[in-house]
Amino acid sequence: MSIVLQAPLTDAAIHPLRAGDKVKINGVIYAARDAVHKKLAQLLQAGEQLPLKLAGQIVYYAGPCPAKPGRAVGSIGPTTSGRMDIYTPALLEQGLKGMIGKGQRSVEVIDSMKKNKAVYFAAIGGAGALLATSVSEATIIAFPELGAEALYRLMVQDFPAIVAIDSRGNDLYKNASLNYK
Amino acid sequence: MREITAEQITAVVERLCIDSNYYLPQDVLQALQEARARETTLLGRDILDDVLKNAELARTFDLPICQDTGLAVFFVEVGQEVHIVNGGLNEAIDEGVRCGYKNGYLRKSTVADPFLQRINIGDNTPAIIHLSIVPGDKIKLTIAPKGGGSENMSALAMLMPNAGICGMKSFVKQTVQQSGANACPPLIVGVGVGGTMEMAALIAKKALLRTIGQSHNNPQVAAVEQELLAEINDLGLGPQGLGGSITALAVHIETFPAHFASMPVAVNLQCHVARHKEALI
Repeated sequence: MSIVLQAPLTDAAIHPLRAGDKVKINGVIYAARDAVHKKLAQLLQAGEQLPLKLAGQIVYYAGPCPAKPGRAVGSIGPTTSGRMDIYTPALLEQGLKGMIGKGQRSVEVIDSMKKNKAVYFAAIGGAGALLATSVSEATIIAFPELGAEALYRLMVQDFPAIVAIDSRGNDLYKNASLNYK
Repeated sequence: MREITAEQITAVVERLCIDSNYYLPQDVLQALQEARARETTLLGRDILDDVLKNAELARTFDLPICQDTGLAVFFVEVGQEVHIVNGGLNEAIDEGVRCGYKNGYLRKSTVADPFLQRINIGDNTPAIIHLSIVPGDKIKLTIAPKGGGSENMSALAMLMPNAGICGMKSFVKQTVQQSGANACPPLIVGVGVGGTMEMAALIAKKALLRTIGQSHNNPQVAAVEQELLAEINDLGLGPQGLGGSITALAVHIETFPAHFASMPVAVNLQCHVARHKEALI
């Protein structure tokens, strides 16, 4: 059975989540990948305002295909989260509470997640067509010049994911092969 | 001489771009179904169920299987009796990529320069073209769209000439282990051994085109493929790196004669969305 979550996330919703739990996410999340993270980092460094308020939000590391006529969004699966690691602690300090991607995170990210009580979800890489069925609206809210890498606001229903790293720092990736053996 | 027009090539390339990104090859589907049957963890089986469901959805509704529709990599065999008219070969392929990625609603992922402004070109050109001239009067085009996640985790080592089977296997396993979940397992592991640095990389990529279930025609190499597959699966990474018995669907090794001072080994990792498709003109 999956735990149903509403985005933006509250500390009360994050607290009981444990690495390995299956979740279904509802509400508004934001798609951002490498180029947007670089831009957000530059804005933060310059002390300028970000194009979104990060408090409580979930960022999905993804860049969709163009939507076919009649569809809300094209295929949209997760990209490799590790590439966002260098930018992530600064975003967690701004109140970012959730991340969806694939693959391991750095020690610095996990430490910052523990400090800021945040959670990291894994979605199934390569299942972009299936994951798109959980997205009912996709709107570019900043950096349209980046094409598929623009910052998107997504409305999601029952978006399926797995808690990969919980707010205590328990890491499913680290334990995965050990658990198997 | 047989004349083939640039327009003919463009039309075929457009179709290949779209079809390869919508329809997973039958051998890959079958390997995923077999993997589902053999996977020992519940989570791993759930993931493989979703992976199969995703491929089915893409096929039924003509959607890209994965949002990363890749760089458009082509292996092109041009018969030496062919005369291409009304345009150049590379331009004809690029035009096909432009049309295919636009009309197929595929993602455009190429940026113009790798370390300056990284501005998106907007049409997914240029294609990566590996050309060879062969006997005959036909052109064979094979597309293998390659996503960033698995390509990023690929690696090359210039091993000592006497590193042997053991040294090669150890580098391949280390590459897979370090890729974790990033390359989207279950993987197909393409290994190129021998030649020069670039030849090893090229034959590793070519190894990914081989039908799953076909072994190398040298029985000794085929045996190493089987051993490596078992040892990679023993790593326990499992589907999506979340633990399990199926980390790879296949290991394909290609070899080339090497300098007596060298043993280059290239490992080209391929995610479970192992797309490729060929056409003959």
